[in-house]
Amino acid sequence: MSEPRTDAKICGMGHSMKRKEDPRFIRGQGRYIDDFTLPGMLYMDIVRSPHAHARIKKINTARALKIPGVLAVIDGPTLAKYNLHWMPTISADTQMVLPIDEVMYQAQEVCAVIATERYIAADGVDAVEVEYEPLPVMVDPHKSLAPGAPVLRKDKEGKKDNLAFHWQAGDKADAERALAASDVVISENVYLPRIHVASMETCGCIADFDTAQGKLTVYMTTQAPHAVRTVFALVAGHVGLSEEKIRIVSPDIGGGFGGKVPVYPGYVIAVAASVVIGKPIKWIEDRMENLQADSFARDYHMKVELGAKRDGTMTSLKIKTVADHGYANASANPSKFPTGLFSICTGSYDLKHAFCEVDAAYTHKPPGGVAYRCSFRVTEAVHAIERATDALAQKLNMDPAELRMKNFIKPEQFPYKSVLGWEYDSGNYGVALKKAMDIIGYDALRREQAEKRKKGDLMGIGISSFTEIVGAGPSRDFDILGIKMFDSAEIRVHPTGKAIARFGTKSQGQGHETTYAQIVAEELGIPAAHVQVEEGDTDTAPYGLGTYASRSTPTSGAACALAARKIRDKAKKIAAHLLEVSEQDLDWEPGKFFVKGAPQMAKTIQECAFAAYTNHPQGMEAGLEAVHYYDPPNLTFPFGSYICVVDIDRGTGDVKVRRFVAVDDCGNIINPMIVEGQIHGGLTQGIGPALYEEISYDDEGNISGGSFLDYYVPTALETPHWETDKTTTPSPHHPFGAKGVGESATVGAPPAIANAVVRKSASGRIRVATAMTTTMRTIERPAGEPV
Amino acid sequence: MAKHKISVTINGAAREAEVESRLLLVHLIREVFRMTGTHVGCDTSHCGACTVVLDGNPVKSCTVLAVQADGAKITTVEGLEQGGKLHPVQEGFTEKHGLQCGFCTPGMLMTTSALLERNKNPSEQQIREAISGNLCRCTGYVNIVKAVQYAAEKMR
Ligand code: FES
Ligand code: FES
Repeated sequence: MSEPRTDAKICGMGHSMKRKEDPRFIRGQGRYIDDFTLPGMLYMDIVRSPHAHARIKKINTARALKIPGVLAVIDGPTLAKYNLHWMPTISADTQMVLPIDEVMYQAQEVCAVIATERYIAADGVDAVEVEYEPLPVMVDPHKSLAPGAPVLRKDKEGKKDNLAFHWQAGDKADAERALAASDVVISENVYLPRIHVASMETCGCIADFDTAQGKLTVYMTTQAPHAVRTVFALVAGHVGLSEEKIRIVSPDIGGGFGGKVPVYPGYVIAVAASVVIGKPIKWIEDRMENLQADSFARDYHMKVELGAKRDGTMTSLKIKTVADHGYANASANPSKFPTGLFSICTGSYDLKHAFCEVDAAYTHKPPGGVAYRCSFRVTEAVHAIERATDALAQKLNMDPAELRMKNFIKPEQFPYKSVLGWEYDSGNYGVALKKAMDIIGYDALRREQAEKRKKGDLMGIGISSFTEIVGAGPSRDFDILGIKMFDSAEIRVHPTGKAIARFGTKSQGQGHETTYAQIVAEELGIPAAHVQVEEGDTDTAPYGLGTYASRSTPTSGAACALAARKIRDKAKKIAAHLLEVSEQDLDWEPGKFFVKGAPQMAKTIQECAFAAYTNHPQGMEAGLEAVHYYDPPNLTFPFGSYICVVDIDRGTGDVKVRRFVAVDDCGNIINPMIVEGQIHGGLTQGIGPALYEEISYDDEGNISGGSFLDYYVPTALETPHWETDKTTTPSPHHPFGAKGVGESATVGAPPAIANAVVRKSASGRIRVATAMTTTMRTIERPAGEPV
Repeated sequence: MAKHKISVTINGAAREAEVESRLLLVHLIREVFRMTGTHVGCDTSHCGACTVVLDGNPVKSCTVLAVQADGAKITTVEGLEQGGKLHPVQEGFTEKHGLQCGFCTPGMLMTTSALLERNKNPSEQQIREAISGNLCRCTGYVNIVKAVQYAAEKMR
């Protein structure tokens, strides 16, 4: 879609409408979790383990309880009385809420202090004395999986090893045969380090149990309020919490990126404390707790083998992954997909043979991993294939752009069935790459690079031509804990022609209040300014699975359009009634029905709305509203090509991103301004882990990267001036041809950077130790190696 | 714990409070004065979400004790709009899509409004340096730079 169909007053799709949420945010009137204060509210703070693995010998609370204002200390045995000391993870594993005898990672919750004030709760935490007996620590997932390794999850009866799960896709023997028959095979070890979403707002909640009504309201930082309500009902049903008496409210969220999907122990402790004490309990984690204990992302050790014919035609792909899940598998993945959508790893290429497998290991680290701005392990998959493609290009001595062009799935092959089972809905990969090459001046850059190499200067050019798979998903395949991954919209048009629309999703900065209003405007012609969008309150919004995995536009956005179309159908009947013509005689243009051939005979949507309440046809239900639960027929497949140029300081190893061009295709666009913003943000979250961010552990399980002192979120100084452009290949099955865009850039950017920075030298040594490279690792390169 | 009586002028209004020596300025503003536009994003003085303007200088209010602010003039994000008229940086952030989740925005607005008081015509590099103590996880900074350029133009 190129030109908007509606005028600026209606402001439907394609308009860069200024955001409806901005007026409150720029005035400091956003309402984030820590901005709420309820009458009688108490504060909770958490005592955490300094050890990665230890036996708890004793928790001495006497000193803490002597502090005026400290009311209670809740520990594992307290919760055990209610059988709430363990809880299920989203991936049907189990994790502790509070430990009884053993802690399994550094910063694990040990007990919680409830006090009248925030500072006093912190004093209480300092005063709690815990005696530990340190135990041996397992940090290496490979060692953890080795035969004879000590078993970590002794709580699991009969568990004899540390394998959280094994998963595989494809025909192994076939892929191996095809590799063996290939002219060339490259093998790359690619590690995507453990990272953290580090949203600027940490997690927190206020649990408010109303003893008079027996109703629990939890205001919490969650991307999936409805699913959380159901989980609370299922997990705490035995203590009397019933789903109709649970209300989850997700207020303004200061960034989520997947990190606010899981239910963390802190939420559960606060809920338990509120139910027991009968007062609202506020818990807000600090940044160190956030980075050290909340779900991590990535941490995939991948061995990638890619085969090709001498002319560069890719033949076969094989990936073996060891995934470090920490002490519990708390991945936020659909039930049938323990490694998410990792089997999208054949990427943008027409590969006929492929196999991938993942062994997931338990270690003494925090549980995870979340789909950090990524549709369930797509970042890992894209990184593997894009790094392997560059390694292959180098081995064949072929230009990496040319190699990609040669192997792309061709436009006429769509819908394309991949060897690992996905049906790509649409794509036009060559055009996007060509556009990126033209914008950045690819050929001239290659010439410059050749000149620089002669002089010994380090300049890198990196390409990534990624394919995403988002919008989960069709209910035949996709559920979370059994709940199908549809999503919803409910629209009510008021008598004066204004509307309220509510959704099962939850914005965390993506601008839903604006974009959903624009969808309603597009479909009904009601100005977007007159459409109030609400999400996040389970007492009012229709049920849905929430916002992550770029699913809001593909699912709730679709539901919004279809609910609006139901309303339009009814409004048409009303218009026919008012104009005393038959429905077949009416045509629609945004905002009104008119009689074919007599456009002066018309009824606006506002007139129809008024009549729906004042003068509706006999026999028709009054009112003008609709609900739609949208179950997508397929996923959507956004794609793009990114090219970056980096200059590397020979002395310090510092990588400077000189230019970065991103050409994205997310199908039809609702709001170009917001889409561009999503891409800018995603790109920045792509260079972060590629160059600066990493959480790692020493042999004792001590974290580094556990605060902003050493977890380097890019600032404005490291971040380049992003250059963006687009191509438009609408999704053939989505009601308005959109695909979802929130995560493309986070997925696509890291391999572009890695491909610019990593290069195998003639000696076979890798200039940078891992594909996702930190600045420090760059310095470790063998001196004098060419880029 | 000993309490201290302090008085400050915040967004033009004189306020008094009795505070513990350890109370952080950000908590004085948020929890005592109940102005919640100023945010807390870290515990190591890195994120700048808590930035306010104190006697003309942008400071991280998580790194100042309330008692140190005794007698000071403080402007928070709530004080930027004057007589129903948005400050040009507020306008710029909306016009140029310089915010997404909005959590960093109050700090960004305070840092950049202070920058424009000192420098009417900052270069892109100067803007980037000025906001390098304010982290934004959402926007990728490009549109924040544009927002500040927009405001600078308006103010000239
Ligand atoms: S809260 Fe992060 S710098 Fe003040
Ligand atoms: S807008 Fe979300 S952190 Fe800046």
